[in-house]
Amino acid sequence: MNWFIENISTAVGKKLIMAVTGMGFVGFILVHLVGNLSFYFGKEAFLAYVETLHKLDPLILVIELVLLALAVIHVTTGTVLFIQNWRARSTRYAVTKSAGGRTIGSRTMPYTGFFILLYVILHLLQFHFIDRTQMTPYDAAVNTFASVWYTLTYIAAVILVGLHIRHGFWSLFQTLGLNHEKYMPVIQTVGILFAIAAAVGFAFVPIYIRAVT
Amino acid sequence: MSNQTINLTLKVWRQNKNNPRGSLETYPAKGISTEMSFLEMLDVVNEELTSQGIEPIAFDHDCREGICGMCGAVVNGRAHGHMPETTLCQLHMRHFKDGDTIVIEPWRARAFPVIKDLAVDRSALDTIIQAGGYISINAGGAQDGNTIPIPKENAEKAFNAATCIGCGACVAACPNASAMLFTGAKISHLALLPQGRPEARKRALSMVRAMDELGFGNCSNEAECELECPKGISITEIARMNREFIKAAFL
Repeated sequence: MNWFIENISTAVGKKLIMAVTGMGFVGFILVHLVGNLSFYFGKEAFLAYVETLHKLDPLILVIELVLLALAVIHVTTGTVLFIQNWRARSTRYAVTKSAGGRTIGSRTMPYTGFFILLYVILHLLQFHFIDRTQMTPYDAAVNTFASVWYTLTYIAAVILVGLHIRHGFWSLFQTLGLNHEKYMPVIQTVGILFAIAAAVGFAFVPIYIRAVT
Repeated sequence: MSNQTINLTLKVWRQNKNNPRGSLETYPAKGISTEMSFLEMLDVVNEELTSQGIEPIAFDHDCREGICGMCGAVVNGRAHGHMPETTLCQLHMRHFKDGDTIVIEPWRARAFPVIKDLAVDRSALDTIIQAGGYISINAGGAQDGNTIPIPKENAEKAFNAATCIGCGACVAACPNASAMLFTGAKISHLALLPQGRPEARKRALSMVRAMDELGFGNCSNEAECELECPKGISITEIARMNREFIKAAFL
C-alpha cells in the first residue's frame, strides 16, 4: 500500500482524489435533484418517493456511508490543498490581474466548498435527523421554508453549489486527463448547464412550497 | 510608424541584502521611445539611476529576442505584461500610454526565492528536469535520420510542448504558484515520442514528486498559466501529464 499512499499524496494524486470524490457528488446531486422534482407533484408524490427510497434500506445506508466517506476525504484533501497553495506563495503580489483564465467558480472554489459544508450540516439537521414519528419529511420542508431566513439561506447555498459545480465539473475531466479539443467545449457547456440546472432546480423547491402553502 | 516618446512612473520591487524584506520604490521613466522594448526602457532608467548614484535595478535577461527564457517580471499584475504570447523583452513600449504608472514585481513563488530586485532563482525548474526530463541513450555515432517513424501529428504536438523556454511565467501567473504547466510540457514532449516511452513511467513519477518537494503549489485548473505562457502552451499538456501519471502510478 506504500506505493499507493506515496502516489496519491503527490500534487497530481491529490487532484485525482478531488476529482473522483467530486464525481461522486455530481452523481449524488443529479439523483437528489431528480428526486426533488417529486415536490412539484404534491405531498403524496413526494412521500411516495421517500417511501421508495426507504424500501432500498440497507442499500441506502451503504450509500449514505459512502457519501459521508467521500465528504470527509474531499473536505480534508481540499483543506490540505488550500493550505499548501496558500503557502506556495510566501509574498503576495502588490498588483494581481487575471489573464482571463479564472472564472467566478474557480476563484471561489475553496470558499464555496467551505460554506456548502456548513450548509450541508444544517440541511441534514433540518431534513435528515428529524423525528419521523412526529413529522414527515414533507412537513419538515413546509415548516422550514415557512421562515424567510431559512429560505434565503437555502437559496444562497444552492447558488454556491452551482458555482462549485461550474468549476468542479469540467475540472474533474481535466484532472483525469480527459481533455481533448473535440470534447472539452462540450464538457464545459454541460458543466455550466448542470450548474445552472442544480442552482435553479433546487432553489425553486422552497419558492414553490411557499407559494402553495 | 512615428517614433514617439512617453513619460512613465515605475513602481519597482527593490530587494537586496540591505533591504532583505523588499519594497516597491517609485522612479520616473522620462523620454521613453515607444519603439523600445520593456528591457530597453529599464536600461534607460538604470542609466539615470546610476548617474544619480542609486543602485540600478537588477533583472534577468539574455537573448532579448524571446527565445531564451531568461527574462520575466510581473507587469501590472500580468506575467511578462499584458500582451499575449510575449516575453518581457518582446513587450514593446508602444503598448503603454504617456503618463502610465507601471508596477513591476518579480515572479512570486516560495520555490523561486528573490536573488535581488526582479531577479529570482529558478533553479527549482532545473531540479524538476534533473528528476527525469531527459532520455538515457548510449553516446556514440548519430543514428540515421528517419529510422524511427514518428507520425507527423505526434511530432507537431511534441514540438509544441517542447517550445517551453522554462521562463517560469506559468508559476508566476498561477494563483497557487504551481509548476504544472512547465512539468506537463516537459513530460509531454518526451511522452509523445518513441524515444521517450521507455522511461515514461519513471519520468512522470519522479518529475511530479520533485515538483512537490520544491514547494510549488497544486494545480486547481485556473487556466491562468496557458494565457500567460509566452509560447502559448496549453493546459492540455497538464491533462497529458495527469494521464501519464495515472498510468505510471496506478495501472
